[in-house]
Parts: sequence; structure tokens; C-alpha cells
Amino acid sequence: MTASRTQHFTAAGLVLAVALSVTWLSFTQEPVEAFLFPRLISVVFSVLAAWNFIRAASGLAKVGTGLTIRHAGNIWPGLLVMLIYALFAAKTFGFYASSVVAFLAIYTLYDPTPISNGRGWARRVIVTIGFMIVIYGLFALLLRVQTPRGLFI
Amino acid sequence: MEFLGYFGGVFEPVSLLLLIGGTIGGLILGATPGLSPTMAVALLIPFTFHLAPAQGLILLGAAYTSTVAGGAVSAILLKIPGAPANIATALDGNEMARQGHGARALHLSFLSSGVGGVIGVLLLIFLTPMLAQWALAFGPSHLFWLAILGVTVIGSLDSKSFVKGLLSGCIGLWLSMIGFDDIYGAQRFIFTDALTGGIHIIAALIGIFAIPQVLEMFSKGRDGRAIQTIAVPDHSLKDSFREILGSGRALTIGTVVGSIVGLIPGVGGQIAGLVAYDQAKKFSPHKDKFGTGHPEGVIAAEAANNAMVGPSLVPLLTLSIPGSPTAAVLLGGLLIHGIFPGTDLFERNPEVAWTFINSMLIGQVLMVVFGIYTAVWAAKIARAPIPIMASAVLVLAVFGSYSVQQSMGDVTIMISLGVAMFFLEKFGFSAAPLVLGLILGPIAEANFNQGTLIAAAQDGPMVYFFTGPLNLLLILLVVLSVGYSFWSNMLHAPGSAKLEPAE
Repeated sequence: MTASRTQHFTAAGLVLAVALSVTWLSFTQEPVEAFLFPRLISVVFSVLAAWNFIRAASGLAKVGTGLTIRHAGNIWPGLLVMLIYALFAAKTFGFYASSVVAFLAIYTLYDPTPISNGRGWARRVIVTIGFMIVIYGLFALLLRVQTPRGLFI
Repeated sequence: MEFLGYFGGVFEPVSLLLLIGGTIGGLILGATPGLSPTMAVALLIPFTFHLAPAQGLILLGAAYTSTVAGGAVSAILLKIPGAPANIATALDGNEMARQGHGARALHLSFLSSGVGGVIGVLLLIFLTPMLAQWALAFGPSHLFWLAILGVTVIGSLDSKSFVKGLLSGCIGLWLSMIGFDDIYGAQRFIFTDALTGGIHIIAALIGIFAIPQVLEMFSKGRDGRAIQTIAVPDHSLKDSFREILGSGRALTIGTVVGSIVGLIPGVGGQIAGLVAYDQAKKFSPHKDKFGTGHPEGVIAAEAANNAMVGPSLVPLLTLSIPGSPTAAVLLGGLLIHGIFPGTDLFERNPEVAWTFINSMLIGQVLMVVFGIYTAVWAAKIARAPIPIMASAVLVLAVFGSYSVQQSMGDVTIMISLGVAMFFLEKFGFSAAPLVLGLILGPIAEANFNQGTLIAAAQDGPMVYFFTGPLNLLLILLVVLSVGYSFWSNMLHAPGSAKLEPAE
């Protein structure tokens, strides 16, 4: 199996697992009337997922490039920052404080300017603060959205 | 001619400001590679909450129109189509720019977009009420089949693999069922507290369209290559007008193709642009000049992708079936304002519906004016470094999804769906059918339940759902859309059976 074929096989297996779980839940939960439509859809879902899985297992699921090692390596630091920011930091430390840190972190991680470059840091900090002022103006002042304050703001 | 009575709403100060702001913002977002029109409209929806329904829709409509046209700027000056709809524009547009005719290409692009767009919106104005009258004959069983048709058409036509397209639609339908059942109050598929209230459509739309693009930008790494623009020497606007008037054939082909493609649910602007380009080439006496910087290529492609915009809203406003992924997002925007597209839209909310449609007509004119004068400026903004765009889109997505219901659960759902969609897309699954399943799921289920109750009091579900000319026609269309896609997949299977090896 090539790396791509393994990836397609794994993805198809996960989708099949979700489809079968949805079908099982649809046929075992009560009241029956509330699950009529889910039953109908879940059967179609499972049949299609099984078909897709068989195609992937036999190497016929060829649409989609999968994920290369280089791309995965590029993505994970940003993905980690994204998940920490959205799922934990925004509520714990406050929306604005965590957004400043997340913006600056992602900008720094993917900025081609070397980290040791002082002017690069100055530019990144100015852009981050400028953008966050716009966001504050839009959401806090214009739309009056009350965001979680957390430890900071 | 009822629409003529509703132009006043468009020229109210706030509405006009939103129209101008949406047009300029849309042109810049459209010109920015990596930010799709669908994502731009999805990110704008939270900003419409505090507006009156008509004003919110004016902003979304202006953004929809101008992002499609704005995509031509980066296609011409950077050879990077701002949106899939502008792929055909890049073929001749960039060659023209390289030959020193960048301003001419931009003029022709916006003028032809304007002509195609105005005709497309006129079709929307005249076809929508007619189709809405016809749609009055639809009962629960027909609306159920229509919703299923919407998912299968997009699932089978919008995806490279029809199995994965339909699977994406099923995933969307399943997601739409999460939460409490409306009639019996039963809990369905609630695995975590964040899902108790179900999946809010706006949080889902932002996640599904914005987060995969952020991750796609991450995947490029610390790519230091700057995007090179081409110098744009001035060109007489009067000459461009003359050239457009003398290009009737390309303009007509683009407008006709775009209008027809727009009316077919699920077929987007990318198809419109490419088909129009191909047809303009076939009918041109200068076939060999296409691809070498021929103005007719730009005119046909741009007239088509903007002519598609208006007609793509016809099935949306009358039957709740969006004609394109961006129209699907607009449907989400309509629903959160309590506007339910369908048979009685023009009777219950004529002011909102007609003000929105009229604003799209005025928006086409504004798009031409602002497009011509801000294109080069927009191209400069479009060169914003990728890390800034990625960070900005992420922060906007988090704030936007939170502001919907002031709920952290929506942020969790947005991020989870976005990350899942990124990986699903990498394996050939498609966002458009998934979103359509999510939007049409409740419509399909409500009509299925209603139909089941009616059927129980009559001759049973088999007779109610599977007999009658309209039911049979809709079932036939479902079968045809799936069958055509299956046949098309089989036809192209042998040539592409080899897997792409990963690094």
C-alpha cells in the first residue's frame, strides 16, 4: 500500500465508522417517531460509506490528494495554536488578549522573515495591534458583542 | 413590474452605505487569492445580525456580486484566480497584462461583468415570481423530494467523485439532525454539551468555509516568495467601452451560458466561465488567438461568471435550493433573519425580497464603477502576506462564530467542523453538498414528518410519496442526477485510476 492509499483507506474507514454509529443510534433510540428520518438517511449514509470503503480498500478511491509529510509538517504548529486559542485560551485568558497572542504567534510561525530580525518583530507587533484595534472597533464598539473576559480582557 | 416600487429601500442612506461598503470590500476580498467568495459571505453574516433583514441581505448580496468580479483582478494581474469562477479569465487576461494591456483587460473584465450581471439580475427579477407561482402547487412530499434533489444535484455535480459527493451530503443531513427533535423533544446525537442546541448554521458555515482555507495557508509553510504583480499602464476607458460594444458575440455567449448555468442548481461560476470561454473560442473566427491575450476570452468568461449570480438565486428564492455554494451561504443568511425562501416569499416579505433583488441590480453598476477605479489598488491589498491573511481569517472566524449566540459552544463547533472539513477535502469530500445537507436537512425532515402524518390519514406513505406527476418528476430528476454522475464517473475511471503517491 502506498502512503496515499493507506490514507484513503483510513479516511474511508473513519467515515464508515461514523455512518455505522449513526445508523446504530438511529435504530436503537426512542421514541421511534423522532428517529424515522434519521433512520432513512443513516441507511443511505451507511451504504454509500461501505461502497466508499470497499473502493478505498481496493485502491479505487483516487479522488483527493491526501496529506503529504511536508504539508502536515507545515500545518501542525499553526493547527496547535489554532486549537489552543479557540478551545482553551479564548475563554480562559479573554478573547482579546488571546487573539493578540494567537495572531502574533501564527504571523511569527509562518513569516518568512527570520525570527532574529528586529524589524520583522516590529512589523509583526504593529500589524497585530492594528488588526486587533479594528476587531475591537467592529465587535466591541459597533456590534456590542460581549466576549468572555477570562483572566485578562 | 412590482419590483419598481421597492427601489426606495435601496437608496436609504444606511442601505446605500452598506451597498457601497459591501461592493468595495467584496472587490478587495475577491481579489485576494485564498479568500473565496463563499468564505467572504460566510464571514460577513455575523455583521448582519444587528441590521434590518433587507439591509443585511443588501450587504451579503453586494459582497456576493463583487467578490466574483473582484476575483478577475488577481486572475489578470497575478495569474492567480481570486475565485474558481475566474479560472477562465486568467487564461487570456494575464497574457494581456503581460503584453502591457493590463488596464484594458481590467476595463473589459468589469464592463463585461456588469453587462452579464445586469442581465442575470433581470432574469432573477422576471423569472422568480413566475417560478414562485408555480411552486405554490408544491405539497410536503414535493418539498421533501426537492430538498433531497438539492443535495443529490450538488453532491453529484459539484464533486469529482459522486460517491464522496453524496456521502458529503449525507454527513450534512446527519449534522442537521443533531440536537433536540422539534416535535417529540427527543435528544438526537448529542455527544457533548456544545451540541445540546444543535449545530448553528452560521457557526458551521464559517467553520466549513474559513478554517480549511486557513489550514491550506498554513500548509504553504514559511514561503518567502512574494507575489509579483504586473505594471499597469493607463488605458482609455472610452476605448474600452467601444471595444465592449464591438464584442457582441463574446458578450452574448458569456451572458447566455452564465444565465443557463446559474439556473441549474449546484453548477457554479467556475463551470460558467470555462464553458463560456470554450464556446466563445468555438464561435470565434480568431480561435488561434485564444490563450495568447485575446480580449474575447476575458469578455466571455467574465460576462458568464457574473451572469450566473442572479439566476443562481432563482431556485434559492423560490424553492429553497441554492444554485451555487455561495447561494447556499446566502440561504443561511436569509434563514437567520427569519426569511424563509419559497412559494410565499413575495407575499409575506415583498419589501425584503424586492429590496434585496433591486440592490443587486444597483450593485452591478456600482461594481463596474468601483471595480474600474479601484482594481489596481485592490491588487496591491491582495498581496497581503499569507501569515497575515491566515491569522486575520482565524481571528475573524472565532469572533464571528461567537457573536452569533454569544456562545463558546459555537466556537467549538466552528473549529471542529472546520478542521474536519479540511481533512475531508483532502480525501475528495466536498464542502458544498455538506453545507446543503446541513441547510436542507431540517426542510426535508419537516416535510417528511408532515407528509408521513398526511399519508397515515390517506393511502399510506408509498402512495403519498411515490405517486403523482410532480413526485415522479422530482424522483426522476434525483435518479437522473445520480445516474448521470455515476455514468460520468465510470466513463472517466480508467484514465485516472492511478493513485497519487504521497511524499
